[in-house]
Amino acid sequence: MNTNPTAAWNRKHLLDIESLSPDEIQLVHDTARAFKAVGERAIKKVPALRGKTVINLFIEPSTRTRISFELAAMRLSADVINFTAEASSLKKGETLKDTARNLEALNADIIIIRHSATGAPHFLSRFMRGSVINAGDGAHEHPTQALLDTFTIREKKGRVEGLNVTILGDILYSRVARSNIWALLKLGARVTLCGPPTLVPQVFEQMGCRVTYDVDEAIAQADVINLLRIQHERQRKTMFPSIAEYTNLFGLTDTRFARARPDVLIMHPGPINRGVEINSDVADGEHSVVLEQVTNGLAVRMAVLFLVNGGKGPQEVAT
Amino acid sequence: MSDSGVPRTTILNAQSINRVLTRIAHEIAERNDQSQHVVVVGVQRGGIHLADRLGQLLASIWGHPVQVGRVDVGMHRDDLDQHVAPQIMPTTIPFDLNGKTVVLVDDVLYSGRTIRAALDALNDFGRPCRVQLAVLVDRGHRELPIKPDFVGKNVPTSLHERIDVRLREEGGEEAVYLEKAS
Repeated sequence: MNTNPTAAWNRKHLLDIESLSPDEIQLVHDTARAFKAVGERAIKKVPALRGKTVINLFIEPSTRTRISFELAAMRLSADVINFTAEASSLKKGETLKDTARNLEALNADIIIIRHSATGAPHFLSRFMRGSVINAGDGAHEHPTQALLDTFTIREKKGRVEGLNVTILGDILYSRVARSNIWALLKLGARVTLCGPPTLVPQVFEQMGCRVTYDVDEAIAQADVINLLRIQHERQRKTMFPSIAEYTNLFGLTDTRFARARPDVLIMHPGPINRGVEINSDVADGEHSVVLEQVTNGLAVRMAVLFLVNGGKGPQEVAT
Repeated sequence: MSDSGVPRTTILNAQSINRVLTRIAHEIAERNDQSQHVVVVGVQRGGIHLADRLGQLLASIWGHPVQVGRVDVGMHRDDLDQHVAPQIMPTTIPFDLNGKTVVLVDDVLYSGRTIRAALDALNDFGRPCRVQLAVLVDRGHRELPIKPDFVGKNVPTSLHERIDVRLREEGGEEAVYLEKAS
């Protein structure tokens, strides 16, 4: 992992991966590497965001991403407020714009938003003074997940370029898949998508990936297999006949896993449905980096908060 | 003239940098009787190679290994919201600082804000018994009450001038230049 000394971060928001350059992605990785070390110290806190207010605006329910962002902000010494849809005036009919304006009136510096509507973070970024970070918008993007996934691949494999990465499962409804596809392609990986044809439409080939419905082949040649959860809450029942059939045809069972490469990396953004998309033994096995993804997620989110907080001035600072 | 055509004068050449570091190492040895408790920590990025060299020089003076670490102060700066976020380099202090004498090493001492941030960063790793500061060049213009213990060369400068430190570890020549305001 070499640092590119010419890269600089000039973005006030992190809205998607699609608009990032490969250099910007690597800069987040390099920054995250230093922040990961902070989490391994006895004192896990640095004063980088001291006095800043971070608001977690989670209009769609989430536990792991919200906790990860919350802890990341705390470890940077920011003050954090959590704001969920259930306990908000959105229930009383307030619009998203009014909610955001109210939060801005409290002088929030960074707003982290998760919303079921695609483009909600982009909408906020058009009128907010503070920074906006996308923590998942509909089926569109989940940029920090892709940044932490590629960070984990880089950490484990030493590179992303040239690797065969298979994303297996529900691609159509997955913002994790879209962000990962952008990030992996930008970093030079070869991306294969696999799953039931109803959830993996051929149209994804237009992004530059390969689409296959031959799960054994997709597994056999992969350096990395990223399993995506079957999202019951986002799906209509017509996408595939039954969970059991999905497991039979596309689940990462022991038999299928036995045909994978000996150095394959098994990833999953969580939460895992054991026995559905992944067998328990595989999820807990030595190839699985599922929990390291969680640890790295914290470091990557610290890096993102740190980078968007940067002002507009020059990078060079006085000694 | 420098690469960019800015007029400059040489303050230290390769030979004098070596001499200066050898002298500083002897001054550190003279100041610290309990050599076993001394560790050297370089400030990213300008101080890390100098810290490595001082560590080796001290090891040969004392006849035992001297631990060397490096600290990045990016997360501890007091001007983070006035600049683009700085690049963060690894902080590696693979030893306990409690009760140690830390010799903090940087290339150029200027406002003193980097050193303040470094002192803050060191706190996260323990409570050193004392901290001493060694710099290759002190160019003045302090904004904080910080004073170096060991100085390679005092160079009075104007605010428009720049000190350019080049070390062989970076893959090029070794010298310290004063670049005049253009």
